[in-house]
Amino acid sequence: MPGFDAVIGFLYQFGDAAAFLVLCASGLAIIFGMMGVINLAHGEFIMGGAYTTVTVAKLGVPLPLAILCGALAAGVAGMALERLVIRHLYGRPLDTIVATWGVSLIVSQGTLILLGPSLADISTPLGSVQIGSLSYSVYRFALMGVAAAILAGLYALFNFTRFGVLARATIQVPHMAESLGVDTRLIYSLTFGIGAALAGATGGLYAPTMTLVPTMGGQFITEAFVTVVVGGGDVFLGTAPAGVVLGFIKSAMTTWEGQLAGQIGLLVAVILVIRVLPRGISGLILRERA
Amino acid sequence: MMPMAAQAADPIKLGVLEDQSGDFALATIGKVHGIQLATDEINAAGGIAGRKLDLVIYDTQSDNTRYQEFMRRVLQRDKVDAVFAGFSSASREAYRPIVDQLNGLAFYNNQYEGGVCDAHMIVTGAVPEQQFSTLIPWMMEKFGKKVYTIAADYNFGQISAEWVRNIVKQQGGEMVGEEFIPLGVSQFASTIQNIQKAKPDILMTLLVGTAQSSYYEQANAANLHVPMGSSVNVGQAYEHKRFKPPSLANMYVTTNWIEEVDNPASKAFVARWHAKFPNEPYINQEAENSYLAVYLYKEMVERANGSTKRDDLRAVIAKGDVCYDAPEGKVCLDPKSQHMSHTIYLAKVNDDHSITFPKVWPDVKPYWLGDSGCDLTKKNPNAQYTPSNPPPKG
Repeated sequence: MPGFDAVIGFLYQFGDAAAFLVLCASGLAIIFGMMGVINLAHGEFIMGGAYTTVTVAKLGVPLPLAILCGALAAGVAGMALERLVIRHLYGRPLDTIVATWGVSLIVSQGTLILLGPSLADISTPLGSVQIGSLSYSVYRFALMGVAAAILAGLYALFNFTRFGVLARATIQVPHMAESLGVDTRLIYSLTFGIGAALAGATGGLYAPTMTLVPTMGGQFITEAFVTVVVGGGDVFLGTAPAGVVLGFIKSAMTTWEGQLAGQIGLLVAVILVIRVLPRGISGLILRERA
Repeated sequence: MMPMAAQAADPIKLGVLEDQSGDFALATIGKVHGIQLATDEINAAGGIAGRKLDLVIYDTQSDNTRYQEFMRRVLQRDKVDAVFAGFSSASREAYRPIVDQLNGLAFYNNQYEGGVCDAHMIVTGAVPEQQFSTLIPWMMEKFGKKVYTIAADYNFGQISAEWVRNIVKQQGGEMVGEEFIPLGVSQFASTIQNIQKAKPDILMTLLVGTAQSSYYEQANAANLHVPMGSSVNVGQAYEHKRFKPPSLANMYVTTNWIEEVDNPASKAFVARWHAKFPNEPYINQEAENSYLAVYLYKEMVERANGSTKRDDLRAVIAKGDVCYDAPEGKVCLDPKSQHMSHTIYLAKVNDDHSITFPKVWPDVKPYWLGDSGCDLTKKNPNAQYTPSNPPPKG
């Protein structure tokens, strides 16, 4: 059944592209989309998460736990970075760009010097499945599930928990939140840490499928920024639809004319969105609601 | 008399522009080490024509702009006698006009897509007619005639893919697909599906850089196991050592040397290397090319009675017998194109990622440029040609 094969094949590609975009962007959606910090070291959090995950997994720890360790390590590193550098630069976006870019260079070059040009990888778990005439990696289906779960988790965290309310209040009107007794410094630090931890988790999730090199963060960062810019400020209402729309454009263009067309489609889409919807998809949704 | 005496005591300065950081560093740090090893050996044996070798090394950071800056710096400020430079073809084409303009001499010690007809350049790496005219007919005979190519989307991948297309056609085969992939792409779900749909007998993988090398693990996870042929893998970024088996199993690579080559000269070379660089993860073909390039330079300068002038060296090259007994076997410089002949080893990656060599072709010449009309002994066009854009006739 060639028709059936083609449909399943396209759905898989679409799901795979959307999952990659959502996972790339989930941490940055908090750090850049919500907090407004243009974090060019986002890719290095992803790399750190991947390296930690693989190192821990090689010690015999099961992969899901190893990925958790990767996320935790990146989260702690993120909180440290927030305290040492980012905290002093809130409201100074241009300075933040330079500072985080510097951090990014130091981390990737430092990793090259300390750990060498590449780290031996671990194989992709879960094997493959044959559907029709095509075979698929089961692990990539799992990635799609995890991407959906992370989005749902973020939605719940920022809408239904006390921390979520405090975080949104702190970021919207910091002085008011502070005068009501919220420890805004702690909230900033934790929020940034969560963003970094999500980046670390993304690195851990993709670590078994990729070559581990100090510069691997760069393979995520374009997609991450594109998705967040298209999505706009809201972590859930922005990232989820942006991932779906861009994933569809990318996989459709790639099926039609190859990887180059997919990349072009992605970038043309972001240019159009910035022109038509300067506040991203979530800006559009929230305005209609209001 | 004074300047002559001073010159005899001055060291010969060699510029080294290779990537020691950035995306390509993994495959190119060994090239710097190869040059350092050869330099140490030559200096310990008394230098070249009584003069010591002195290296001026810059890290080009896998960045084409750095190549241009540092090429100007080594030629104008450091005033080196020759430069050893470049990994990617994009970097070579970035610096080549500067070498031409400043009248320098550069060694490009890297396999590439071929076609550079430039008297300022000496190429010690292998070219497509050496790697593909051996590999593709051998694979088509063994596995079948339907070929699919995935290639990095820049000059190297595009021109190499053209070579594959031409040789497949000459051999009566059929191209069932071709995809060019932008550098930096690391997600291959759609590419893998397109290959599965086309059902090729042979997959030519001309992927470049660490991002694209994620392809193999992803194809393996999706249970895609077509025999693969390549001119770049294994011999440069030693994927068979870095990736978990069996993601690279059933890959066939033509290379002019890798550290697994089993002959006494290679074993001795590897031992000398590890004595100086004990932590070297792998010695690749470009490391050997870089090492032999220094000795080739020594041979040329000594035969030019100690002169390092480009015209004097080219007069030596024009004689057509500048050769060196490298670890891979004897290599000679072709005067028409200033490219090297090579021993070509067919390396097969086994299921456990060990390497065997089902076939060796000795003394494979870089014939294409010379046959199609490039003759640097007569005319210097400073140009790069391709099979679809050959040198102008007459």
